[in-house]
Amino acid sequence: MIEEQFSTGESFVHGLDPRIKIVVAIPFSVVVAVSSSFLALFAALAMSLFLLVLTRLSARKVFYRLLLVNGLILFLWLLIPFTFKGEALFTIGPLVGTKEGVLYASRITLKCNAILLAMIALLATMPVFTLGHAMSQLHFPDKIIHLFLFTYRYIHVISQEYHRLVNAMKIRGFIARTNIHTYRSYAYLVGMLLVKSYDRAERVYKAMLCRGFSGKYYTLSQFSIKRGDIVYLALMSAAILGLVILQWSAIA
Amino acid sequence: MHISEGVLSAPVLITGAALAAVGISVGLKKMDYEKIPHVAVLSSAFFVASLIHVPIGPSNAHLIINGINGLLLGWLCFPSILVALALQALLFQYGGITVLGINTVIMALPALICYYLFGGLVNRKRGLLSLASAFGCGFLAVFFSGILVALCLVFTEKSFISVAKLIVLAHLPVMIIEGIITLFCVAFLARVKPELLGGLS
Repeated sequence: MIEEQFSTGESFVHGLDPRIKIVVAIPFSVVVAVSSSFLALFAALAMSLFLLVLTRLSARKVFYRLLLVNGLILFLWLLIPFTFKGEALFTIGPLVGTKEGVLYASRITLKCNAILLAMIALLATMPVFTLGHAMSQLHFPDKIIHLFLFTYRYIHVISQEYHRLVNAMKIRGFIARTNIHTYRSYAYLVGMLLVKSYDRAERVYKAMLCRGFSGKYYTLSQFSIKRGDIVYLALMSAAILGLVILQWSAIA
Repeated sequence: MHISEGVLSAPVLITGAALAAVGISVGLKKMDYEKIPHVAVLSSAFFVASLIHVPIGPSNAHLIINGINGLLLGWLCFPSILVALALQALLFQYGGITVLGINTVIMALPALICYYLFGGLVNRKRGLLSLASAFGCGFLAVFFSGILVALCLVFTEKSFISVAKLIVLAHLPVMIIEGIITLFCVAFLARVKPELLGGLS
């Protein structure tokens, strides 16, 4: 159910220093998110696709990942052209689609896909623990990183607990329907999950104390910057700067 | 109620990130290193629980349960929800990184408000007031989240007003379901582990 599908691979992107990937991903996403020039957005999408091709990930898996988000965007396409004010472009029955609406929806589609593809190519291609350690070396707040890694560690455990509880319900003939019995059962399921999680947390904390936990967390990972990383960083910085220039020149 | 990448304007994104930063830093101050295992395991329970789909008529909705999140964690709900959203973005590409701040505010601020509104009331001996507070907590948490989504959309682009209204209306069944589920869940916790309802902070 919860697995890192993209983090194992042998491509150039998989071998990049994770800190470089984070340092590239964040400005890229921010620049794309605030751009409005179509030239810049198409260029950004092209960059993301290029990065994705470099990762040599299975196109089918990436496509399925994007399906959900693009479903939401499709929903926006059904609403935005008909609710935005502007110059009329086309009509479907009584509804009038405006040019401004179509342009806005197109921008959203380009931005969202460009950022998500870059996120898959850069951030999903490393194991979550590696991401946590890289963030720690980039001096992200300590407590958040520990919370992040701890939470990730226990998602799989709690997920198994959840499946055990759901199977127990099914064995007792539970069928989900739209009635109070269903909602009460789900509420008890959530409650039970919380109670078991809290008890587990107590045991985990006491186990940590038994093993000499003194309130400080340590990370032992070491990353090394290679020449390929520096070249990549330089090229991506130039590319992001190029996007900024495209956007600025479109406004001016 | 996640807003995906690319929908909101820069001012809204920046405001969201700033508000989230404030909430998270208050939450982090109240969270000692010793509390991290508890908050983390509860966060992962909320993460798993938010993947549960509940039938509503012909379709289904996934649980949000930010009401219970607020009740159990108080201010700690800010870091907890931030981490859950980050993991959802990384593992499922649901949400995103530029919208992490604003999505955190959308989920956690209502949770915090409901914590302050209902935290004391649900602890009373099981009576009508306790049950009604629990329902109110679940209902209003989703309602305020919807209002925040609507505000974000409208501040991005005035023409979004109809989309915003539609989203709030579309979530009315979800609000009712969440209220019901919060009601039963709180009743369950009050019987099985009342110390959880006292809040971790």
